[in-house]
Amino acid sequence: MSIRHLSLIALVAAFSPAFAATPLAAQLTAYASAARSENPAFAGFSAQRGEVLHRTEFGRGKPDSPACASCHGQDPRQPGTARSGKRIDPMALSVTPGRYADPAKVEKWFKRNCDEVLGRACTAQEKGDWLSFVASR
Amino acid sequence: MKMTLRPLVLVALAAGFSALVLGSARAGGSHFFPPVSEPLVREECGSCHLAFAPSMLPAASWRKMMGELDRHFGEDATVDPEIARKITAWLVANAGDSGGSRYGAKLLRGVDAGAAPQRITGLPKWVREHREVPDWEWRHKEVRSKANCVACHADAERGYYED
Ligand code: HEC
Ligand code: HEC
Ligand code: HEC
Repeated sequence: MSIRHLSLIALVAAFSPAFAATPLAAQLTAYASAARSENPAFAGFSAQRGEVLHRTEFGRGKPDSPACASCHGQDPRQPGTARSGKRIDPMALSVTPGRYADPAKVEKWFKRNCDEVLGRACTAQEKGDWLSFVASR
Repeated sequence: MKMTLRPLVLVALAAGFSALVLGSARAGGSHFFPPVSEPLVREECGSCHLAFAPSMLPAASWRKMMGELDRHFGEDATVDPEIARKITAWLVANAGDSGGSRYGAKLLRGVDAGAAPQRITGLPKWVREHREVPDWEWRHKEVRSKANCVACHADAERGYYED
C-alpha cells in the first residue's frame, strides 16, 4: 500500500471513528480513486478548496445561480433557498446529520447543480473537496 | 387536578379549529388539496419547490411533464426511469380530473378537456383567485415566485390554501 493511499484513509477517518463506516466515507474513498485516475498527481481532498469551490462565482451555468452559495448560502450551517423560494436545509453535516447518506442522491444533485453553476460536470476532485468542506462544518 | 386552564382552552381551540377545517375539506371546498402522501414523489418532486398536490392539474399535464423532466422549467429534474414510471402512475391516478377530481374540479374550471397545462399558476381559475394580489407582493424577497405557495399559504404543505 502506498503512502499516498494511507494518508487518504487517515484523512477520511480523521473526521471521527464512527465516520469511517458511513456511506459518505465510502463515497469519498470512491471519489479518491476516481480522482487518482483523473490526475496521477492527486494528493487528497481539501476542505479549504471545497470552501473556495462553494463560494466562487463561476457564472457558467444559469445566470441566477453563479455559485453553489447562490442556493445553499455562504455559510453551510445556515439554510439556503431554491430558485422557487423553497427553504433548503443547511448543507453542513453537523447541522443536518441526515445528509450524504445516499450516494445516488448525492450524485444526482452533483450532476444537476454542477451543471447549473459551472456549466459542466464536477470532477471527482471537486466533489471530494466539496464534501470534505461540508462534512467538516 | 393539576392541569391548568390554558392547556384545556388550547385543546378545545385546536379541536374546534380542525373540526372546522376538516369540515370544509370534507365538503369538497376549493381550499383543500390533499398533499403528496407518496414518499417517492415527496422526495423527487418536493426538494426544489413544494411537492404540488396532484389534484391541481389534470392527468394529461402530469403525463406531459413527466416525459420532459430533462427540460423542466429550465432545470434538469430527471430521475431514474423506473422511479419516473411510478411517480407518473401516482400523479395520474390522483390528478384533478381523475382520483382527485373531488378536490381539483373547481380549480380546473375553464381548462379544455385533453389540454395539458404545465403551470398551476397559469390555470384560469388560479389567475382569477390571485388577481388582487399586488405586484409588490409577488416581487417580495420572501416570495420570489408565484410557485412559492408556502410564502403566502402557510399551511400549503398540509394542503390548505385559505388566506
Ligand atoms: C439552483 C439552486 C442550487 C444550486 C446553485 C446548487 N444547489 Fe445543491 N441542491 C439544491 C437543492 C434544491 C437540493 C436538494 C435539497 C435537499 O437535499 O434538501 C440540493 C442538494 C445538493 C446535494 C445533495 C445533498 C444530500 O443531502 O445528499 C449536493 C451534494 C449538492 N446540492 C451540492 C451542490 C454543489 C457542489 C453546488 C455548486 C456546484 C450546488 N449544490 C449548487 C439546489 C442548488
Ligand atoms: C431540480 C429542481 C426541480 C425538481 C427536482 C422538480 N422541479 Fe418542478 N419546477 C422547478 C422549477 C425551477 C420550476 C419553475 C418554478 C417557478 O416558476 O418559480 C418548477 C415548476 C413546477 C411546476 C409548475 C409550478 C407553477 O408555476 O404552477 C410543477 C407542477 C412542477 N414543477 C412539478 C414537478 C414535479 C411533478 C416534479 C417531480 C417529478 C418536479 N417538479 C421536480 C424545479 C424542479
Ligand atoms: C403572494 C402571495 C401568494 C402566493 C405566492 C400564492 N397565493 Fe394563493 N392566494 C393568495 C391570496 C391573497 C388569495 C386570496 C385569498 C382569499 O380570497 O381569501 C389566494 C387564494 C388561493 C386559492 C383559493 C382559496 C380560496 O379561499 O378559495 C388557492 C386554491 C390558492 N391560492 C392556491 C395557491 C397555490 C397552489 C399557490 C402556489 C402555486 C399559491 N396559491 C401561491 C396569495 C398567494
